[in-house]
Amino acid sequence: MSDDSLLSSSYEIPPEMQGTVSITSLDKVYAWSRKNSMWPMMFGLACCAIEMIVLAASRFDIARFGMEVMRPSPRQSDFLIVSGTVTKKMVPQIVRLYNQMPEPKYVVAMGACASGGGPFKEGYSVVSGIDKFIPVDVYIPGCPPTPQALLNGLIALTKKVDKERIKTSEWYAKEPEAAVPVPVLGPDLMDPRKYALIYEQTHRPIEPETPVETEQKEG
Amino acid sequence: MSEEQITVAQTPDISLQYEGRVVKDTRVGYSGFIVGAEHLLEIVKSLRDELGFDYLSSVTGVDYLPEGKMEVVYHLYRSIGGPALVLKVQVPRDEAVVPSLYHLFKSSDWQEREAWDLLGIRFEGHPDLRRILTWEGFAGHPLRKDWKEPYFEEETKPFKSRWPEGITGRIEDKNPYNDNVQYPHGFDPETWVPQAEEALYTSAKKIGRDEELHTDTIVVNLGPQHPSTHGVFRMVAALDGEQVVFLKPVVGYLHRNHEKIGERNTYLQNMPFTDRLDYVSSMSNNFAYALAVEKLMGIKPPERAEYIRVMMAELTRWMNHIFSFGFLWNDLGSYFTPMIYALEERELVLDIFEAVSGSRMMCNYFRFGGVARDLPEGVLDKVKELVFERMPRRLDDIDKMLTTNEIVRNRCIGCGVLTAEQAINNGASGPNLRASGVPYDIRRADPYSIYDRLNFDVVVHYHGDVYDRYLTRLDEARQANRILQQVVRDIPEGPIMTGKPAYQVRVPAGEAYGRVEGPKGELGFYIVSNGKPNPWRYHVRAPSFINLTSLEDMCRGGKIADVVLNLGAVDIVLGEVDR
Repeated sequence: MSDDSLLSSSYEIPPEMQGTVSITSLDKVYAWSRKNSMWPMMFGLACCAIEMIVLAASRFDIARFGMEVMRPSPRQSDFLIVSGTVTKKMVPQIVRLYNQMPEPKYVVAMGACASGGGPFKEGYSVVSGIDKFIPVDVYIPGCPPTPQALLNGLIALTKKVDKERIKTSEWYAKEPEAAVPVPVLGPDLMDPRKYALIYEQTHRPIEPETPVETEQKEG
Repeated sequence: MSEEQITVAQTPDISLQYEGRVVKDTRVGYSGFIVGAEHLLEIVKSLRDELGFDYLSSVTGVDYLPEGKMEVVYHLYRSIGGPALVLKVQVPRDEAVVPSLYHLFKSSDWQEREAWDLLGIRFEGHPDLRRILTWEGFAGHPLRKDWKEPYFEEETKPFKSRWPEGITGRIEDKNPYNDNVQYPHGFDPETWVPQAEEALYTSAKKIGRDEELHTDTIVVNLGPQHPSTHGVFRMVAALDGEQVVFLKPVVGYLHRNHEKIGERNTYLQNMPFTDRLDYVSSMSNNFAYALAVEKLMGIKPPERAEYIRVMMAELTRWMNHIFSFGFLWNDLGSYFTPMIYALEERELVLDIFEAVSGSRMMCNYFRFGGVARDLPEGVLDKVKELVFERMPRRLDDIDKMLTTNEIVRNRCIGCGVLTAEQAINNGASGPNLRASGVPYDIRRADPYSIYDRLNFDVVVHYHGDVYDRYLTRLDEARQANRILQQVVRDIPEGPIMTGKPAYQVRVPAGEAYGRVEGPKGELGFYIVSNGKPNPWRYHVRAPSFINLTSLEDMCRGGKIADVVLNLGAVDIVLGEVDR
């Protein structure tokens, strides 16, 4: 939002106060101030974290957008950049960190792995995208996304923040938002929301195995 | 490989010396010796104490499913240099029990735990045989050939569904849980009791307790989300006051199943995956993998390709060391401002990488028998300017700012000391080993590529503390600069690839271990081929992983505040630790 749009309003300002007073809607000021000081959580996961660090350095300079204050504590941060492969061993911690963040909170899935598993998707201990557990606001493609791409994604996030209105915002609702249930590490990763399904599947009678073709093409 | 290599010494034929207990491995394409499990300990002890093979570099297992055998492969070296002595122990798959080398070589500690975790080989006598990359309670041993992941589609790639038909669809839809999970039959999640980490915490609490005075220790857990753990790394420390009396790293938070995926992939498909091991220095990873496969294939890249490779590897080393200084400053408390100096230099190198390979970080630039493409126009001039003008000046700047800085000296000197004996026994490699006074550099000890023709010194410092590790890296960056100056001066014209580029390479059956002196230490790839388009076994000997074995020795007796500094000085990358 430019300064012009802040100054222009449908109310007429008395001549003696012109230039010293500006009238705008609360929503606009609220969103404007919020989107210009988004604090990311200092939380690096994998390769993408390196590009995230680079983004904070002088060449790309995230400080231009008021995002340079990386907070090591989830309690002080506005958004979480999931910067890398989410493994089953790590996902309980990430969900916990997300639950500890105060509202309003946003999640950016940086790179192919965080968005959907990426090149490691087929791996036995890789989660197919963090959005299986926590809601994601912006997905950034790339492996890893270049700092420019990440910046573009973060600008997209500020645009989203800019559009939010106080009246409709979820975090001023009467009831606090329910925490995301933290997954449990069992024989495999277990989502507490799916316990019934797991029980149902593991107690089905075993079907006779269909023979698997083991034919292989020679190079 | 049939080519003659310049080696410090030849591997002795130990099958004559230990007749009856050791036999030569006579399988086609294989080398080394097979030892019976019952003789392993005495033979290894004798090799270490009498023949000088005092450096156990790599321990891994191979699952020979068709033969019903499980093989444990040991790569032993002399710390004075020379080729590997490869020992193998074969045990039946169903009863895979091998004596642990923990008490002879501490470097086997984590590697044996990894082999237990992923392959289900039990190492008898190992004091702490817990799972390391997966978690306690995980069902099965994933690298066993008959173990299938939830998204299993076919044994090997290319999958028929993708090529040539090219049917697209979500793999999730084929899984009953619509997710990347599977559970044993009859499993009930409601009654599941997590095994948690009782064992770890009880052992931490036991140490340092004084029953008479009723003193107690405090157990502190650092990570996996912690601003100074360099990624998702966790440490459990027991403190007596401020002093560390016990410290166990917990890893596996970035375990991306590199090896399982690698065994499904074709040889060439693995190249981009190696980039993501040590993601700070991807070119070195490419180098080691290309070397291992080239050893198997028996080919050698043309001269120009060799020069380009060395150029990229040394640029990587330079960049990595500069980057590690930035992290060192971070860990010393001057948060991020100095890092910006480091990143400024790194960007210059990344620009070169982007120009040659098309990607800043994940270069995927090496191919078997050469490199993917020639240097584009203007890149060589850029490198020249960098290595003759900017790099030496920048290193002098860093030297001036850091080496005599009072805080750096006070914090680093005498902190985290690792003696030469400990370093060798723990399997430390790279700057960590050389800072402890062991002049072991693979580029000299077991030369590869064109390093035997280049002039450079093996950097060595003798105190084994954080300060010396820093000095080693600084001097090594200078040596990398020196190598680069020779390379850009001498680089010849010519082809950059042996033979035609191919999507599918023919790799004869056999085994190979290719290793390079990466910026972090010895990076090795152990590959077993059965003549098919996919590797049968694909193992990465990751320097960061094995260097972490020494972390407890460095931190014990020191203050908790120095733990972070020690970790920073080991210079790890979690992508490589957890793979």
